Amino acid sequence: MEMVNIKINGMPLSVPNGITILEAARYAGIEIPTLCYLKDINEIGACRICMVEVKGARSLVTACVYPVNEGMEVFTNTEKVRKSRKMTLELILSTHRKDCLSCIRSGNCELQKLCKEFGVDNEHAFDGEMPEFEFDDSAAHMVRDNSKCILCRRCVAACNQQKVSVIGANARGFDTHISSAFDKDLADVSCISCGQCIVNCPTGAIYEKDDTKAVFEAINDPEKFVIVNTAPSIRVTLGECFGRSIGENVQGKMVAALRRLGFDKVFDTDFAADLTIMEEAYELLDRIKNGGTLPMITSCSPGWIKYCEHYYPDYLNHLSTCKSPQQMFGAITKTWYAQKMGIDPKDIVVVGIMPCTAKKFETKRDHQAASGYPDVDYALTTRELARMIDTAGIYFNHLPDEEFDNPLGEATGAAVIFGTTGGVMEAALRTAVEALAGEELESVDFTEVRGQGIKEATYSVAGLDVKVAVASGAAAAHEIMEKVKNGTADYQFIEIMGCPGGCVNGGGQPIQPAVVHNFVDLKGRRAAALYEADKNLPKRKSHESEAIKRVYAEFLGEPNSHKAHEVLHTSYVKRPKYK
Amino acid sequence: MYRSHVLVCGGTGCTSSHSHEIIEKLESEIAARGLQDEIKVIKTGCFGLCALGPIMIVYPEGCFYSEVTVEDVPEIVEEHLLKGRMVTRLLYDETVQADEIKSLEQTKFYAKQKRVTLRNCGVIDPENIDEYIAHDGYQALEKCLNRMTPDEVINVVKDSGLRGRGGGGFPTGLKWSFAAKNSADQKYVVCNADEGDPGAFMDRSILEGDPHCIIEAMAICGYAIGASEGYVYVRAEYPIAVKRLQIAIDQAKEYGLLGENIFDSGFNFDLHIRLGAGAFVCGEETALMTSIEGNRGEPRPRPPFPAVKGLFGKPTNNNNVETYANIPQIILKGAEWFASMGTEKSTGTKVFALGGKIRNTGLVEVPMGTTLREVIEDIGGGIPNGKKFKAAQTGGPSGGCIPADLMDTAIDFDNLTAIGCMMGSGGLIVMDEDNCMVDIAKFFLEFTVDESCGKCSPCRIGTKRMMEMLEKITEGKATLEDLDKLEELALYVKQNSLCGLGQTAPNPVLATLKFFRHEYEAHVVDKKCPAGVCKALLNYKIKEDMCKGCTLCARKCPVGAISGTVKNPHKIDTAKCIKCGACMESCKFKAIIKE
Repeated sequence: MEMVNIKINGMPLSVPNGITILEAARYAGIEIPTLCYLKDINEIGACRICMVEVKGARSLVTACVYPVNEGMEVFTNTEKVRKSRKMTLELILSTHRKDCLSCIRSGNCELQKLCKEFGVDNEHAFDGEMPEFEFDDSAAHMVRDNSKCILCRRCVAACNQQKVSVIGANARGFDTHISSAFDKDLADVSCISCGQCIVNCPTGAIYEKDDTKAVFEAINDPEKFVIVNTAPSIRVTLGECFGRSIGENVQGKMVAALRRLGFDKVFDTDFAADLTIMEEAYELLDRIKNGGTLPMITSCSPGWIKYCEHYYPDYLNHLSTCKSPQQMFGAITKTWYAQKMGIDPKDIVVVGIMPCTAKKFETKRDHQAASGYPDVDYALTTRELARMIDTAGIYFNHLPDEEFDNPLGEATGAAVIFGTTGGVMEAALRTAVEALAGEELESVDFTEVRGQGIKEATYSVAGLDVKVAVASGAAAAHEIMEKVKNGTADYQFIEIMGCPGGCVNGGGQPIQPAVVHNFVDLKGRRAAALYEADKNLPKRKSHESEAIKRVYAEFLGEPNSHKAHEVLHTSYVKRPKYK
Repeated sequence: MYRSHVLVCGGTGCTSSHSHEIIEKLESEIAARGLQDEIKVIKTGCFGLCALGPIMIVYPEGCFYSEVTVEDVPEIVEEHLLKGRMVTRLLYDETVQADEIKSLEQTKFYAKQKRVTLRNCGVIDPENIDEYIAHDGYQALEKCLNRMTPDEVINVVKDSGLRGRGGGGFPTGLKWSFAAKNSADQKYVVCNADEGDPGAFMDRSILEGDPHCIIEAMAICGYAIGASEGYVYVRAEYPIAVKRLQIAIDQAKEYGLLGENIFDSGFNFDLHIRLGAGAFVCGEETALMTSIEGNRGEPRPRPPFPAVKGLFGKPTNNNNVETYANIPQIILKGAEWFASMGTEKSTGTKVFALGGKIRNTGLVEVPMGTTLREVIEDIGGGIPNGKKFKAAQTGGPSGGCIPADLMDTAIDFDNLTAIGCMMGSGGLIVMDEDNCMVDIAKFFLEFTVDESCGKCSPCRIGTKRMMEMLEKITEGKATLEDLDKLEELALYVKQNSLCGLGQTAPNPVLATLKFFRHEYEAHVVDKKCPAGVCKALLNYKIKEDMCKGCTLCARKCPVGAISGTVKNPHKIDTAKCIKCGACMESCKFKAIIKE
C-alpha cells in the first residue's frame, strides 16, 4: 500500500494514499464529526459539519470526501473550524422542530450530541421561516416527520442501497424535502417496510410506529393472557440499548426484563424457527422429489416477501408457503398451546419482539389467523422493548439471568442462527441433509453459507446435488431474482433476507450512530454472537428439539400435513409499484 | 448572384419583436415585385445592438435599419430595394453622417469592440453550413486532424492563454491536458450551454448565430483529449438555439464533419444535445453532468474532478459555449494572435451582456483589459435620462458590484477578483442613482435562494436566512448588530458551501456591504432608503402649497387612502397607503413627493 506523509494538527502521520481526511484523522485519534456521511453509500459532502482547514486551500475542506495527499497539512480544531461547525449546527437547528424533550430520539440523536459538543448556546440563533411539510404516517410500520429532517439523505442512500429507491429529494432550495415520487404517501409506493431508513436516520425524522402503549394496556388487562416471544437476534442486540458492547448476548437479562414487565409467558421465537425449518425443509424435499417449482426461496423475512410481491410479482410461486417464525409462533400459540392450556384464543395477546419493522406490516397481512384471530397482535422492535424496559424502571444491567418458559421456550442452535444471513439456510441444511441421507451429520457447520455477500454452495447428498444460494439485502435479492427470471438460477434452494446481513442488521434494531456504521463491523459482531450461542447449545438441529417432536406428535402429525398447512402456511399477493 | 442581401436579425431579442414576421413580409413584398432572384433575405444571429431591434442591414450599402416594424417593410422594399433610395428615417442615427452612411465599425457601439467569438453572428445564416464553411468553417478541425498531434493542439490552446469564460477563468489548455492524460475506454467532451445568470445571453447568441463553431470546437477538443462523444447541455428555455444547433449537427453529420473517420483521419466524433429543465445549478459542471446522467441536477464534491471522473464516471472536459467559440480561430490564427489581445494574464476578448440603466442594451465583445468606463460610456452610450452612474454588477448573482470610483478598472479576471467582484459569465448590469444597493443585493440573493438545489446546509439554509436579514433591513427593522451578523453569515456561506453556486451566492451582499455600507446604515440607523426604492421606508406625501385639489390622485388611489375636497389640499392616510405610487404618477402639479 502506498503511504503518504501528512500532518494533522501538527502531528506527523503516515497514512495510506487516497484515504479521506476523515479516515486519516482516525489514525491520529481524532474524530471529525459527520452527519450525512455513510461510508460507501452516502459520500455526498452535503451537511458541511466535517469541514476542516487544509493549508493552502481556498476555503474549508470537506473531510469526509476529500482524499489526503503527500505533504498535506490538516487542522481539525482551529477557531475557524469550530465557529464554522457551530454555525452549521445553528442553521440546521433553525429549520429543525426542536421539541427535543419529547422526541423519540432524545438522548440518541446525532444532532443533539453535536450541538452539545460544539457548544451551541443559542438554538434560536438563526430562527426564521420554517419549511412546512406533510406528516406521513400512511405506512403500516413507520412515520416520516420531515420537520425533524436535516436533509442528510442517509435514508435515501439506505433505500438506494436496497435498490428499492422509493424516497428521494423533492423540490429544491429551502423547500427541499425527502419523500416519494410526486409526494405520494409511503403506503402507496413500493416501500418494502425494511426500516433501513430508520436505523440510518440521525434524528427523529423517521421512526417506527410505536405499539408499546397498546402492549402495556394488554399487560394491564386482567382478561388478557399476554405472551411475548423474542426473535433470535434480539438477544445479541438489546444490550446495546443499555450501553453494553456490540455483539454481547444478553438473553438471560432479556428474559428477566420481560418477566418483570408483566408478560404472562416469556417464550422464544426460536421455537417457531425450529418449526419453520421442519416445514420448510420438508416442503423443499417435496418440491425436489415431486417436480415442484424450484428454486424454492425462503419466506421468513417480510421485507423480502414484500419486495418480491412488488418487484417480482410473477415469481411468487418460488416462495416457500411457510409462514415466518413470528407468525408460526402466533399460530401455534393460539391453536395448540391455547387448547392445551384451556385458554380461549380471543383472550391471548401475542407480542413479538422483532428486529424488524416489516414485521409490523406482516401482522396485518391476510391469511395470518390460524385460530380465527390474528396470529400475532403486536410486533415490537428491539428499540420499543428497550423503551418499555426504561419506562418500567427496570435496571437492565443489574438483572439476573433467567430462562425462557416452557414449552415454547425450547429451541436449538439451528434456530438461533436464523438471526443472521445464511442462518436459515444452514439450519435447513442440517435437517434436510439428514433427512435425505438418512444418517446423522458428521459436522453441523455449513460454513460455506456464512458471512456477508451472495454465497453459493453445492452439497452432494444421497446421490443428489443440492445447489443453494444465500442473499441478504434487497439489492442482492434483485441480483438473484434476475437470475431466476432469466432461467440461470440453477439452485434448488435460496435464502433471501430483506436487510443487508439479515436480521442482526434489521430495521428494528438499536440505532447506532453513523460513526459505528462507518467504522465498526456491526453486522459481523452481532452475527458472531449468534454463531457462538449456536455452538454452545446442546441441540443444534431443529428436528431434535423435544418441543418440536411434541407439537407434531400431539397436534400437527407430520411436517407438511394437512393440519400443518392449515396452521403454518400462507399465500402471497401481487402488488403494484405505485397505487 | 444577388444584387442585394438583406440581413435580418433572428436572435431571440429581435424574434420576440416579430423579426420573423418582418422576414415573411420582406419575402412576400420582394416576390410581389418580382425581385426574388435579385435580392436575398437572410435570417442571421444577433447583431448585438438589441436595444434597437428588430435590426435589418442591407448590403452592399451596409444600411443599418433599426426598430423596424412589419409596417415599414413595404416602404423599404419599394424605396430602397426597388428604387435605390434609402429610408433615412429608419437608419440608426449613429450611422448617418451628412449625406453618407458611416460603416457600422465606425459607430461608437462597434468601434471599440473586437468580435472574435461573435464574428459570424449577424453575418452568416446559422442554418446554412455552407455559409459557415465559406467563413473558414471547419478548417481548424481539418488542420488539427490532419496536421497536428493532440498534444500540439493542447499546446496551442495553452499558449493562447485562453481561460474559461464560464466564470471561474481556469486555463482551458491546462484543463484539456488533464482530461487528455487520464486514459479510459471512453471520454467525453461537454459543452455547458446552461446559461442562467439573469441578463446574460452571450452563449445563447453564439448558439443562435454561429452554432457550427461550437460543433467544430468540441470536435477539436475531442481529438485533443481522446474523446469520441460529446454532449451539449443547453437550456430548454433557448428553443431557437436548440433548433439551430440540431440543424447544424444534422448538417455536419451529412457533410461527414461529425461521425466516423472525419477528414479521413480515422477520428470519430459524435455529438448529442441534452436539454436542461431550468435549474440554475445545472450550470455548475458536476450538477450538469449529474443531470445529463438522468439524475436530479445536484453538484457533487470535487475531487474527483471531471477530468478524472466526470460524465458517467469517465474523464470529461467541460467548457462553456463562449470558451469553445474561441477555439477554431486560435487554431487557425495561432496562439500569438490570440494572446496579443487582452491583458497579460487574461488574453483574448470577453463578451458582455449590457443591461440595466444603459442606452445601448445588448451584446458587446471587447478585448480583455477594456475599462468599465469605455464599455459603459463609449460602447453602451452612457446612462439614459441624465442620471448618474452608481455601480455596475458583473457576474450576475455570483458577482459583485463595481462602484463609480473604480470605473477605470481594466476588466480582466484578476482585477475583478481583486476588488471582490467576479467576471462570471459576463452579465453587466448598470445601476444609477435611483437604484438602492440593498435592494439590488436582495434581488440577486432572492435568485440564488430560489435556485439553490437544497443539497448542502449552508446554501439551503444560509442564503435563506441572509435573505430574511436583508428583508429586515429594507423594512427598517434591523439593527447594526444585524449588519455584522449578515456579514458573518455571508462569509460563512462562501466558505462552507458545496459548489460554486453557494460559494458565490453571498458576493452581491459582500460587495455592496463593502462599497455601499453607508446605504445599509441609512436603512438601519436612519430608517431611510436613500434611493427611495424600499417601500417600507418611504411615505408619499402631498405638499399642501402645491396641491390644487383636483381630486385626480384620490380617484386614482386603489385603496382610498387619499381624502380631501375639491379645490382644497388633499391628504394621504399613510396607514392605508400601499405605496404603489399611482397618485404621484397621476399628479399634474408635482404636488406629491416620496420621502
